[in-house]
Formats: sequence, structure tokens, C-alpha cells
Amino acid sequence: MVNFANFWQYIAPLQTALSGDQFNATKMAVQTYKLTRLPYLHDALEPHISTQIMQLHHTKHHQAYVNNLNSALQAHAKAVEAGDIAAQVALQPVIKFNAGGHINHALFWYNLAPADLPDTKIDAAPTLAVEIDKTWGSFDNFKKAFSDVLLKIQGSGWGWLVKDGQQLRIVTTKDQDPVVGGEVPLIGVDMWEHAYYLQYLNGKAAYVENIWNVINWKTAESRFVNGREDVFEKLKALL
Amino acid sequence: MSSALLRTTPALRGALRAGQASAAVSTSFVRGKATLPDLQYDYGALEPHISGKIMELHHKKHHQTYVTGLNTALQTIAEAESKGDAAKAASVAPLLNFHGGGHINHTLFWENLAPASREGGGEPDGALKKAISQDFGSFDTFRKQMNAALAGIQGSGWAWLVKDKQSGNLGLVTRANQDPVTGNYAPLLGIDAWEHAYYLQYENRKAEYFEAIWNVINWKTVASRFEKSA
Ligand SMILES: [Fe+2]
Ligand SMILES: [Fe+2]
Repeated sequence: MVNFANFWQYIAPLQTALSGDQFNATKMAVQTYKLTRLPYLHDALEPHISTQIMQLHHTKHHQAYVNNLNSALQAHAKAVEAGDIAAQVALQPVIKFNAGGHINHALFWYNLAPADLPDTKIDAAPTLAVEIDKTWGSFDNFKKAFSDVLLKIQGSGWGWLVKDGQQLRIVTTKDQDPVVGGEVPLIGVDMWEHAYYLQYLNGKAAYVENIWNVINWKTAESRFVNGREDVFEKLKALL
Repeated sequence: MSSALLRTTPALRGALRAGQASAAVSTSFVRGKATLPDLQYDYGALEPHISGKIMELHHKKHHQTYVTGLNTALQTIAEAESKGDAAKAASVAPLLNFHGGGHINHTLFWENLAPASREGGGEPDGALKKAISQDFGSFDTFRKQMNAALAGIQGSGWAWLVKDKQSGNLGLVTRANQDPVTGNYAPLLGIDAWEHAYYLQYENRKAEYFEAIWNVINWKTVASRFEKSA
């Protein structure tokens, strides 16, 4: 279902480092990733997402994915250099998990916005809104369908509104699997417990209800209109 | 499938009685209905290693949700069965696995914990100690490996000390989400690595939780499971 052949295109500089055209490609410096800068302050999503959650989520959880990705890539480069195929294989799930975590959180931060901005109203996404109405009958129906999917996730994972060809779909990915293949992620919602627990405890339905107040529909519109090349081009600058 | 879940009950009850003579029945089923088991200690009894607030939410809210979800799944299956709708019954399998697994895992978890002032913490003795030393090298190595397994879980899940029913060997396994330990493995000791198990107290510092929980492991329960799973 999830096609990881396409996964590497998310992190193109890495691909260059690992399979560059130079013979001693593996001696090239491995790309180092950095924590995504937030387009708002940690307290900007109050009262819907607390400052404490945002601080921990961004500076601890997201940072850990970045750090673990960088060390796994370093270790991978060494394993390539040493011709240690077993070590390379063993590192792949670690790279996948942490790169996925980095990508997902970067997309997530940018598809959220402070509730008082006009960006958080569906009017900020005129083209997308038409397609949502066409697909689900109404914006409210869509919100209900998306919320239901989010609440049915078993364990840690993400819910996404994606553009698949010309169609809209709601999909989920487990743990830190990113949306890959031809789909364009428009809106992602983090359903890991760390995303809401300090504020909502086990009441994840309230988290899902409140997150609608801080969805950045302007970003969603731009992702919808411009397509995946543009989304991932912009994303690269944030990683 | 449902009967397999229900059949685990006597074993759970037995394990509990072995530890607590006055224990109320741990997991009781009324007309095939799962109910939330009572804890054999107060919510605050595992402090400072696991906070009372975590224990209360974990037991009263999270575990209760699995119990409710399991009963709903069983009822849907029973209704589908009475209508001869096998496809409908089969469609419930993921929910049965998730909620049934959540119920079993948490029931085992509460029983393999105990206050540090009572049976909790320390090291196992007797046959279990010997088996751990044989199969892991030493208790300390076992602990380190279990912590590494817990730290390596990507997402929500559990780590278990298990006994291979055929060879009798001990081993470590992890399970995603609420997948229960089944088949050839007997679960001896389970540690919940979901974020809800530690987040209110340890936040993102899960390694601290994995260190602290050894202070409240009930080795008597683990030893009793080890002996019964022969
Ligand atoms: Fe997250
Ligand atoms: Fe749990």
C-alpha cells in the first residue's frame, strides 16, 4: 500500500550523497537535517493546543526525529564505506521512521495556524472547498468523515487529507510512515498521544474537535493547487 | 476467536490468587462480558515511579475503553453470527484484536506490577532467576535488553519477557499497538510502552520511565507465570 520506492525523493540531497556520480560518493559529507522552524510561536495555537504541548512536541519530539535521522544517516554512510550490507539493511527502518517523523511534523506545523488568522477558515481554500463539497457533499460532512477516521486509528499514526490524481481522499499512515506514492498531502493531523495528552488526556475526541480551529486552509489550498512537486520542493527548505 | 479470549481468564485469575489471597476476582465475565478488573493496589501505590494520576487514567479510562470496545466487538460478532453473516463477523476481527488485546495486555500488566514497598522491584529468585541467567547471561543483561527493546518500539506497543512453550527458553518480543502475545509464547512480564503509560510524568523522557518501572515489577507474579507455563 505504501510505496517506499518513492520515499527517497523526499530527501533528494541524501540520495545525492549516497548514490552520487562520483566514484568516492560515500566519502561525501552526508546531508545533515535541521529542526523545522515554526511559522508561529509555541503559544500561538492556544487554547486549542497548549504552549507546553507545542514546546515539547517541537523542541523535543521533532528534534529527536531530526537527531536520530542524522545519526542513522552517518552510520549508514559508514556502513556503505565499509561495505557492511547487513548494517545498511538494519539501519533502513531507523532511517525510514525518523525521516518520516521529520517530514510529517514539518508538514503538520505548516498546515496549522493561529485560530484568529483568516487562513484557518475554509474560505482561504476556494478551489479546494469546491472539491471537498463535490466529494463529501459539504464541508461539515468532510469534517465528520475525517474526524471519524482520526478517532479510529489504532495506536500511533497520522490522518491525512490527500489529493490522489484529481480526487480527494482521507488516508491514515501508521507510526511515522509518510504519505508517499503519487499522493499530495494537503492536511496532516498527528494522532500520537504526545500530540494531545498533556492537555486532553484520554479525551482525544476533544483534541480532534478543537484542531479544526487551527487548520491552515491557505496552506492546504496551495498544496492542492500547486501539486506534489511544489509541496516537496517547499518542504525540502524546511528540513 | 472470542472463546480463545475468554479461555485466558482462569489463568489470569490463578496468577492473581497466587499473589493475593484476599484478591477479588481479577477479570470476570458476566454472560461472556468482559469487565474492568480491580487493581490489587491503590492508584498512588506505585509512586514515585508511576504517578497516581497516570495509574487512575490508565486503569479507569484507557483500560475501560478496551473493555467496552471488546464487548461491543463481541456483541457485533454474536449478532452477525445469529444472522449467519460471516462477512460481517469477520470484518470485526481488527477491533476484536485491538480491544481484546488491550484488555488482556493491561490485565497482565497490572498484575505484574506491585508497590516498591511490597513485592515490587528487586530481582527474581529461584528457577526464574536461573532461567534468566541462562538465557540472557545475567539479570542485568536481561534488563538492558528489555530496555533496548522498549526504546526501539516505533510508535505504540509493548515489550514482553516470554517463555517459548516448546523449548522452555526465555526471550524478548515486542508487539505493536495492542497485539497480544499468543501462540507458542507464554507472556511472563509485559511493559506498556504507549505514551499514555508515562507521558504525564515523564513527558518525552521515556528512557526514565523504562528505568523507573523496574522498581515496581512484581517478580512473584512473573515467577508464577513462569512455573505455570511449563
Ligand atoms: Fe508528533
Ligand atoms: Fe496502556
